[in-house]
Amino acid sequence: MNLPATGPNYSYLFDTESMSAWGLLRLREQLENGLPLTPRPYQTLAERTGLSEQQVMNAVSQWQQQGLIKRLGLVVKHRTLGYRANAMVVWNIPDDRVSTLGNAMAADACVTLCYQRPRRLPDWPYNLFCMIHGVSRERVLNQLAGLIEQHELSNVDHAILFSNKAYLQRGGRYVSNC
Amino acid sequence: MRLDAADRQMIDSYQRNLPVCERPYEEMARALGLTEEEVIQRLSALQEQQVLSRVGPVFEHSQAGASLLAAVAAPEEQMDLVAARINRAPGVNHNYAREHTYNLWFVMTAPDEDTLEERLDELEHQLKLPMLRLPMVEGYHIDLGFDIDWEALP
Repeated sequence: MNLPATGPNYSYLFDTESMSAWGLLRLREQLENGLPLTPRPYQTLAERTGLSEQQVMNAVSQWQQQGLIKRLGLVVKHRTLGYRANAMVVWNIPDDRVSTLGNAMAADACVTLCYQRPRRLPDWPYNLFCMIHGVSRERVLNQLAGLIEQHELSNVDHAILFSNKAYLQRGGRYVSNC
Repeated sequence: MRLDAADRQMIDSYQRNLPVCERPYEEMARALGLTEEEVIQRLSALQEQQVLSRVGPVFEHSQAGASLLAAVAAPEEQMDLVAARINRAPGVNHNYAREHTYNLWFVMTAPDEDTLEERLDELEHQLKLPMLRLPMVEGYHIDLGFDIDWEALP
């Protein structure tokens, strides 16, 4: 294509950097649905995003290194496998102890997720959240009793919120529009 | 659901560190003593059976965009209806019934904090139910890729 030598600057139309920025955004969107189950999944993603296979692989590796992708692998639906009792245990921990206790409880084998969230008084006095994914309610309650004993939490106000139904469970949609 | 030994081994080995190369399923197959085609078939079947939600990346929410855990207290007889409305709201990716006055718990995501706030305001307005908004302050363990205890499963 012949570009006029003078006149308005059309170079932005051919800016490969911004083209790949758009491609990368589409790649993020595609990846939120998971890796395609084709023999060359990165090539499939390349075809869908206008990037090359190599660019796709580079982007994925780079996002792993940067920590944007924290895990690349099989994402399990625990409930289907038989983890039927999923308890969210919430605690009201004094602010000056919450980090220490959070880290200690996170290291416990039965705790599958653990984080701090703000209280919303008066309705919600709890600031530390632990998930226990268990096979049965009874087993989860036993695991919880062990946790309370080990971390000396018997005087700490807490609540156990078993989940009895999953209405929706899928990966985060940060980029895609649904 | 009972899985055979090959499926279990595949899950045990590849909840993380899926290869990034031209033919990742072939590389998995070599390590597992299967063929590439078998790996692909097994992964599709597991996805169809809802054992796997997907093969792929789990994004770090704090880098990927904005996300927040929220809860509403829905009248018991309206739970399914309210849950369906929540599921339809943009950015919702988890939604569970839990045994508590706040009985519906969901995670909403968005590209940025402002959009997230708008989406939550809109949903709260639609539902006409008070909403707990609980952003993460600090994560101590935020990866659900724990080892499956096959022996304990039914």
